[in-house]
Amino acid sequence: MTVRPQPLIVGAGPAGVRAAGALVAAGLRPLVVDEAPACGGQIYRQRLVDDGRSTRSLYGSEAPKAERLHRDFAAFEGRIDYWPQALVWSLGDGEAHVALAGRNRKVAYDGLILATGASDRVLPVPGWTLPGVFTLGGAQIALKSQGCAIGSRVVFAGAGPLLYLVAWQYMKAGVNVAAVLDATPLMAKRHLLRGLALEPAIILRGMRFAAELRLRGVAIHYAVEDFAIVGETRVTGVRWRQGGHERSLVCDSVGYGLALRSETQLADLAGCRFTFNERDRAMLPERDISGRSSVVGVYLAGDGAGIAGADAAELAGERAALALLEDRGLPYPPVRALDLERKLTRISRFRDVLEAAFPYPAHWAKRVADDTLICRCEEVTAGTLRQSVRDFAVDEINRLKAVSRIGMGRCQGRFCGASAAEILAAETGRGIDAVGRLRAQPPVKPLPMTLADEKQEAAQ
Amino acid sequence: MQLFHRIARQDHAPVPFTLDGRSCVGREGDTLLTAILNAASAVRVSEFSGNPRAGFCQMGACQDCWVTLGTGERVRACTTPLVAGMEILTGKGAAS
Repeated sequence: MTVRPQPLIVGAGPAGVRAAGALVAAGLRPLVVDEAPACGGQIYRQRLVDDGRSTRSLYGSEAPKAERLHRDFAAFEGRIDYWPQALVWSLGDGEAHVALAGRNRKVAYDGLILATGASDRVLPVPGWTLPGVFTLGGAQIALKSQGCAIGSRVVFAGAGPLLYLVAWQYMKAGVNVAAVLDATPLMAKRHLLRGLALEPAIILRGMRFAAELRLRGVAIHYAVEDFAIVGETRVTGVRWRQGGHERSLVCDSVGYGLALRSETQLADLAGCRFTFNERDRAMLPERDISGRSSVVGVYLAGDGAGIAGADAAELAGERAALALLEDRGLPYPPVRALDLERKLTRISRFRDVLEAAFPYPAHWAKRVADDTLICRCEEVTAGTLRQSVRDFAVDEINRLKAVSRIGMGRCQGRFCGASAAEILAAETGRGIDAVGRLRAQPPVKPLPMTLADEKQEAAQ
Repeated sequence: MQLFHRIARQDHAPVPFTLDGRSCVGREGDTLLTAILNAASAVRVSEFSGNPRAGFCQMGACQDCWVTLGTGERVRACTTPLVAGMEILTGKGAAS
């Protein structure tokens, strides 16, 4: 009798941990592969060493959730296989390639749960490559996990709940927050009132962040346009337009981001079908409410297949694991599955509210100046993209990549793909849903040239 | 001039390293990015424009903080823990 390979879970954030828990509870032994040295993902990321700060000061109101997640995952020891600091760099047809401690391991899997998470969504602005500019998520990681502020006088700019959360966390940590620049209008925030009925705690927390920032003298500006970061070799200030007026501020660092974007590369390599998602304004791998993708045996959970936040990720991770159990003919709790789906649907309605409160700046592609860098890896400008679209009559994003090098750099389009698609759509007068998506290529992140195949090593 | 400012771990064990030959001290629990940016304002220069860079996402996604070690190994600064004695090269002295 051949033994069925174990299920593979990629990612040990909220979704991956809860997926592992549900599989363990059913008597399966999954392999969990995660890039970080410890579980938690980005939101519940752990420090490399204890630094004397309480979990409350790190995770705020979410501290109990973070502690529970870390504790539960630790309790899986002996019942799962866990490879931290390991990168799944390619996969397909039931086999994954994992880079672990300088070696490449080929792993057969039966059942794949992708819980790959998200990173900041960025629309490039002048000066965004200057030292001192970090994503909102990056600014938060510096503070939370490394105990460092990104500067001594920080401007936070962009949109979304993370903007206010990170600004508030910096202020609470005693850092001088020079201003919060919200790209969306104050009027849009009226939509948050609708959210009170769905997630009152989250809405009230957000309002408290803004109120406390103001109380401590931090200016909050809305409807910020033409935001630019100024400096020669590092950040020295920011400027923007507001109601037709030029404004500027002196600062030494900037946290910038416009909500989040899903890490979809592995779903692509797994052969999942993608469709355009209006709310995330992105091509996303299809998943149903249970987390099943278009490929049998491949399940998608958490922000990696559409942004819904950490609470939803925990629910979706568990739900996806239950789907895997059901598809394997194993007993699973159907009532629990329905309960998870009901909660996920509710959170999805709440995401609609947040999107309305922080509307996407769809005019960005028309306004971005020709000399603004779009690709920070290969230094491709907006002007080069526009010229390429015209010169080569490009109407598809992979073609634009071929002629301009956009998305061809080390980050593989993670930080330029969305904005390049926006420029392509604007230049060709078509919808953002009509220009395609950058195809993922293995390795999904750079690998050392010295990566040795374990078989070759064994033969030596 | 440094970019980062420490709020925690100021008194953790010192971890000596060199940055483009200059002696520096990080703290136990530092990533390379944290150690470098507490001593300098950049971690590398762009191969295209020569402009300084200091990372961006801090979560291993943007690939903008790769540095070279004295051993010849290239590593991503934001996901690599600092180890005593590391010789970090930023290329063209970006961090000077």
